Amino acid sequence: MKSYPITIKPFGESALLIEWPEQVEESILTDILRFVEVFKELGLPNWEMSVAYNSLTMVHHGEPIDLDEIEKTIMDCHGRTRSGATKRARYQWTLPVCYDLEFGIDLEEVCKVLELSREELIQQHTSQEYLVYGIGFLPGFMYLGGLPPSLEIPRRAEPRLQVAKGSVGLAAKQTGIYPQDSPGGWNIIGNCPIPLFNPLAEEACFVKVGDKIRFQEITRAEYELHKIEAEVGIYKPENKILDA
Amino acid sequence: MKSGFFVCIQDLGRYGYRELGVPVSGAMDRQSVKKANLMLGNPPDASVLEITMTGPTLQFEQPSYICLSGAHMAATLNNGPIENHRVVKVNKGDILSYGRLWDGFRGYLAIKGGFLSDLVLGSRSQFVPVTKQKRLKDGDTVPYEKTTDYSPILSEIKIEDHFHKDYLEVHKGPEFSILDDAQLTELFTKTFTVSKENNRMAYQLNEKLKGHSHSMLTSGTLPGTVQFTPAGRLIILMKDGQTTGGYPRILQLSMDSICVLAQKKLGDGINFRLL
Repeated sequence: MKSYPITIKPFGESALLIEWPEQVEESILTDILRFVEVFKELGLPNWEMSVAYNSLTMVHHGEPIDLDEIEKTIMDCHGRTRSGATKRARYQWTLPVCYDLEFGIDLEEVCKVLELSREELIQQHTSQEYLVYGIGFLPGFMYLGGLPPSLEIPRRAEPRLQVAKGSVGLAAKQTGIYPQDSPGGWNIIGNCPIPLFNPLAEEACFVKVGDKIRFQEITRAEYELHKIEAEVGIYKPENKILDA
Repeated sequence: MKSGFFVCIQDLGRYGYRELGVPVSGAMDRQSVKKANLMLGNPPDASVLEITMTGPTLQFEQPSYICLSGAHMAATLNNGPIENHRVVKVNKGDILSYGRLWDGFRGYLAIKGGFLSDLVLGSRSQFVPVTKQKRLKDGDTVPYEKTTDYSPILSEIKIEDHFHKDYLEVHKGPEFSILDDAQLTELFTKTFTVSKENNRMAYQLNEKLKGHSHSMLTSGTLPGTVQFTPAGRLIILMKDGQTTGGYPRILQLSMDSICVLAQKKLGDGINFRLL
């Protein structure tokens, strides 16, 4: 099958933005990831690429580039990109979340607005599989798609100056985890004890764009245990290979 | 010894981790860093101290050679004034201190061989949570090599600083086309001033444009990206800026203009000039 059409825009002297149709679709994301694989096979040095939903930002380190020449290369790679699974294996990760009120500081308010019991909210949040459409905003922050419409709630009118590391939040069509203490406007419903960004680990961020996430409810005692396991580096998040 | 307002270790940036949401970081004014490293015969990406607004007091623990560049901050070595762009020998026990900022906003201190703090993800640039600290605190020490026998090709250069410009050269950003005629006119005729929200992550400007209601999917951002909020505010992302954002990207600063903006402070005026 032929892949989706693209548009290429220059983005300053040393970067380009490639856009696919403006939709939140797994098939579009997969096409972008396939394109990235085709481009990387060329082995051109000093390119960094970041994917977000329907776009790919390609940045060349420091020095200006010949935009016309690289556009030709991109069109050529796009022409050779075929739909289908990516070469890199994609994973589904299960991330533990403790929905205690001590962590889920907005949980009661969210339940009231959404007219759900605490149990219903947790059941709906944990029964879904979420696709990672991008990583950005903060190191290790995942843009997740797939939130059930019943859990959609506007972001808080006033952002908090400090949201705790690991906080799991809801905002409009999104759910996600704050990988570090940060200001933030999302409604906080729980906390994940597993660090999503660790610059000293072999892989600073084990999740990659295109992977999927499931949340699993854990008790307060399990939370404390996983937190310690993660700190000493023995916690291995549960995963399975997708597309298998 | 004593830290100034904001002193941090920077090189030319951390590459290869954008896809994990890690900003590139690195010196805000890379032209100044390259000049100082060139004088010392260092590679261009040798680590330097980036000194914002007010300078620290530093004591050298072993001999080496230093060169200052960027903002002019009335620096003295053992109470004798030292100029920018000059190679200066320092001995064990010498004290470098800074006085009043009189030109620019960010000064750089380069040392022979560079500062040798920890490399994390391929760079020494300080950025939390990649590095433990985002800046140096009182009493911190920073390692460097001992050097006693460097003879520079030139011990001093007299050049005009690159940052005495009141305009920024810009390219059209990916969402440039959402601007209407009134907004375009404002954007390219108005003088904008730097707000108090200015740091290594972003510079916000005080003057607003007429707002907009364009919504878009989150997409990539770069140092020098000018974001346009629905309320009409302009936010220029800088070296520690986020790698993705959801506001329209109407302009992209040239590499050279990022260096110019890095030397602007609260209240300084700038115009945009389309390249």
